[in-house]
Amino acid sequence: MSAPLIDIQGLSISLRTRDGLKRVVSDVSFTVAPGEALGIVGESGSGKTLSMLSLLQLLPPGAVAHAHRALYDGRDLLGQSRLQMSGIRGREIAFVFQDSLTALNPVITIGRQITEVLRLHFSLSAADAQQRTAELLAKVGIPDPSLRMRQYPHEFSGGMRQRVCIAMALAGEPRILIADEPTTALDVTVQAEIVNLIQQLQRDSGLTVIWVTHDLALLARIADRVIVMYGGRVMEDAAARDLFEAPRHPYAAALLSSVRHDAAPRVPATLAAAQAVSAPAAAGCPFTPRCPEAHDRCRSSAPPLLNVADGTRVACWARDRAPPGSVAS
Amino acid sequence: MDFWRLLFRAPQARNGLIMLAFVVGAALAAPWLAPFSPMHVDPGARLLPPLTPAAESASTYFLGTDSVGRDVLSRLLYGARLSLTVGMLAVLLSTAFGTMVGALSGYFGGWIDDFSAWLIDVQLSFPFLLLALFLLGALGGGTAAVVLILALGTWVNYARIVRAQILSIKNQGYVEAARVTGAGAPRVLFVHVLPNTLSPICVVASFSMAQAILTEAGLSFLGVGLDPSTPSWGTMLNDGRDYLLNAWWIAAMPGLAIGFTVLGVTLLGEGLRDLLDASGPR
Amino acid sequence: MMISFVIGKLFRAATVLLGVSFLTFIIGHSSGDPVLLMVRGDATPQQKEDLRHSLGLDRPVLEQYATYVERAVHGDLGISYRQRVPVSRLISLRLPYSLELAGAAFSAALILGFALGVIAALNRGRLIDHLITALSISSQVVPAFWLGLVLVLLFAVYWQVLPVFGSGGLQYLLLPAITLALPTLGRIARLARGGMLDVLGSDYIRTARAKGLSERSVLLHHAAKNALLPLMTQAGLELGDMVGSAFLVETVFAWPGIGRMVVNAVLQRDFLVVQGCVLVIAAGFVLINLTVDLLYARVDPRVRAR
Repeated sequence: MSAPLIDIQGLSISLRTRDGLKRVVSDVSFTVAPGEALGIVGESGSGKTLSMLSLLQLLPPGAVAHAHRALYDGRDLLGQSRLQMSGIRGREIAFVFQDSLTALNPVITIGRQITEVLRLHFSLSAADAQQRTAELLAKVGIPDPSLRMRQYPHEFSGGMRQRVCIAMALAGEPRILIADEPTTALDVTVQAEIVNLIQQLQRDSGLTVIWVTHDLALLARIADRVIVMYGGRVMEDAAARDLFEAPRHPYAAALLSSVRHDAAPRVPATLAAAQAVSAPAAAGCPFTPRCPEAHDRCRSSAPPLLNVADGTRVACWARDRAPPGSVAS
Repeated sequence: MDFWRLLFRAPQARNGLIMLAFVVGAALAAPWLAPFSPMHVDPGARLLPPLTPAAESASTYFLGTDSVGRDVLSRLLYGARLSLTVGMLAVLLSTAFGTMVGALSGYFGGWIDDFSAWLIDVQLSFPFLLLALFLLGALGGGTAAVVLILALGTWVNYARIVRAQILSIKNQGYVEAARVTGAGAPRVLFVHVLPNTLSPICVVASFSMAQAILTEAGLSFLGVGLDPSTPSWGTMLNDGRDYLLNAWWIAAMPGLAIGFTVLGVTLLGEGLRDLLDASGPR
Repeated sequence: MMISFVIGKLFRAATVLLGVSFLTFIIGHSSGDPVLLMVRGDATPQQKEDLRHSLGLDRPVLEQYATYVERAVHGDLGISYRQRVPVSRLISLRLPYSLELAGAAFSAALILGFALGVIAALNRGRLIDHLITALSISSQVVPAFWLGLVLVLLFAVYWQVLPVFGSGGLQYLLLPAITLALPTLGRIARLARGGMLDVLGSDYIRTARAKGLSERSVLLHHAAKNALLPLMTQAGLELGDMVGSAFLVETVFAWPGIGRMVVNAVLQRDFLVVQGCVLVIAAGFVLINLTVDLLYARVDPRVRAR
């Protein structure tokens, strides 16, 4: 059992609002093993994107992050200086953002946006950087790379643009790729292509991938482990197969059942229609209002994330004990 | 009207409104507040510095006297009346004219639109002050001419906004729908278009007011604006120019008054605009 | 295509210029009989008529205008009624001074304004931000020429550091240039601040940081270009405003530019001078707007696609 590449324990993020500090992510813990494909699923407002951003110290101004532990390869991510962070961003951990159009600088050619990564992290000459950029673009499936390198983001279709972003993220040859809803804005066929692309890259180079999404069906295909988040907390953390076969947390179960019945891989309307999750209960379990198994204890205190089976952790008072027949730790 | 409640909450707009109210109040109350008559000339009391007590009456020349012995404070208060009136009239006139042109351009389009666009380009290619000087020279001087000129300086902004508004509504099919029910052009314009344009027009009006006050000052300063003997802030600046060395207050006070007023109006305008941006229809 | 874009703009510029000159001509002609200014009080009606004829003032207005345009294209803008000197000569004597003043003021306003705006944005909420914002606002609410008077009062009268009037060296240029620059500086600073804040909050800046770029690199290579874009159109407008204010500033500081000349010419009904100057100034405006349009299209690739 090799040491985890990412080890997060007790991550909390608060936003400075007009009414004071508001906690939006509480006590998030998870690990990522090298070469693993981790999926983080949750509806909008669940805190998944913020949690990932905090790892690279990319939180918006006014947001503060704390953690008992936030280690990448043994290094404390939250404590890195700006200079140290520059060495990690792009080079060790890379990010692919959801909206490829706004993520790219509209007045700079995409070629230049990639070559600058190469020249920054590898000190390549201009010519070498151009060469490598063309190779990267070809690798992600962009036809005629030397021509398209000189074009601007608005000249690409959504799918092509996202490929460009992926190429840009891979330019630094990172060990971890964090993909934040990379396919949400794309149509289904293009989605599949992007997913296959990343999977292939993962197979080829042993890349560790963290997928952030609300698309369960997607994770079913590609994730090794899945973390389910709600209201800024981790609800369940299990191997993908275990989660999909037998979800323990009421929220995870609800998500899965709707997916099976509807075949629409989105968060079910009945669950999502309720009040915005952006105001998680300070004290209790955030899922309480919508949980079929809620009782008083859920309202007053948030359940801790506990091992209920080998490799599965759940945060639920109703799951305090392991289900009959399995081994409790 | 939630709008007004929001307006009072926003500190910027509120401060602007307070400042403007102060100035308007002072102008309205000028006859009671002014210690002297603004036209009262006293050769024996020329160029006295601020806070000099007056010889005959019991009061003080709080802001000093000018080159012919007139009390600066009193002239300032009465000057507020003139400057504000001129400004407001100019704004009203330009709003009316600009709205009309904008409405016609937007509604009928075609050559009317092209012509007014070209006309606007021509006017904007003319440095405004020069145009003002030119026209004032041609029209003679006088308050009416000044108001006209000031209105000329800002009508373009209204025209643009109203035109844009009409075009966007046209695209939404209101016009067709209204026409189908038999409504004529004027009705469509009044019922559908104007309510939406009211708020942006208010914003532009605030900035126009500021511009009008500043321009009037400039014109009077050059001697082509309002009648030099009447107390307006601009004419006071003109008076004070020659006495900068020995009686700085003659020019300084009206300048500060203008700055204060324009600041108030500008803050109000910006506050309104922020409100519009935040709550406007998307 | 770029070419048709440019040609279209040029054509538009030409028609605008024609419109401007025509309007000027008409207004000038309606403003009074120049002959009356040129002759002595005891001149006979016959003498006035002769003068009028020799100047071509008894021909139909449109014909006069056509003649004027024809001559203007060849550089002949007529002869000043007052000064009996060719207008083009007067303009060529005074224009360089105005250009010097406007050039200095404009560059200072743009460069300093942008710098201050960026500094304010980077230090948002701190004292320096508030100071810069206060300065920008103050410079816009007081009449520019009044500010000039105040500066003259401080620097030339009380502290005796700089001369009041005249021209010839840098010290003479300083006060009028600052006076002229201040309102524009204020506006540019506020725009730059707002623009920079917008840019800094945008997604692509986040991406740039996520790639590991240093803050300096992010600012210089990614933020600056985008922050400059909205400033460009404003800069063109500002230059136009500046030309207008220049008349006032030149008058206050007795700067020998064409602004002062025009003001006096209007007051003296010397309308050939006015016409010539207006033409030159309007041509300048049109040129500026054209340049800004073209520059903008060059800098922002999205515009070219339209």
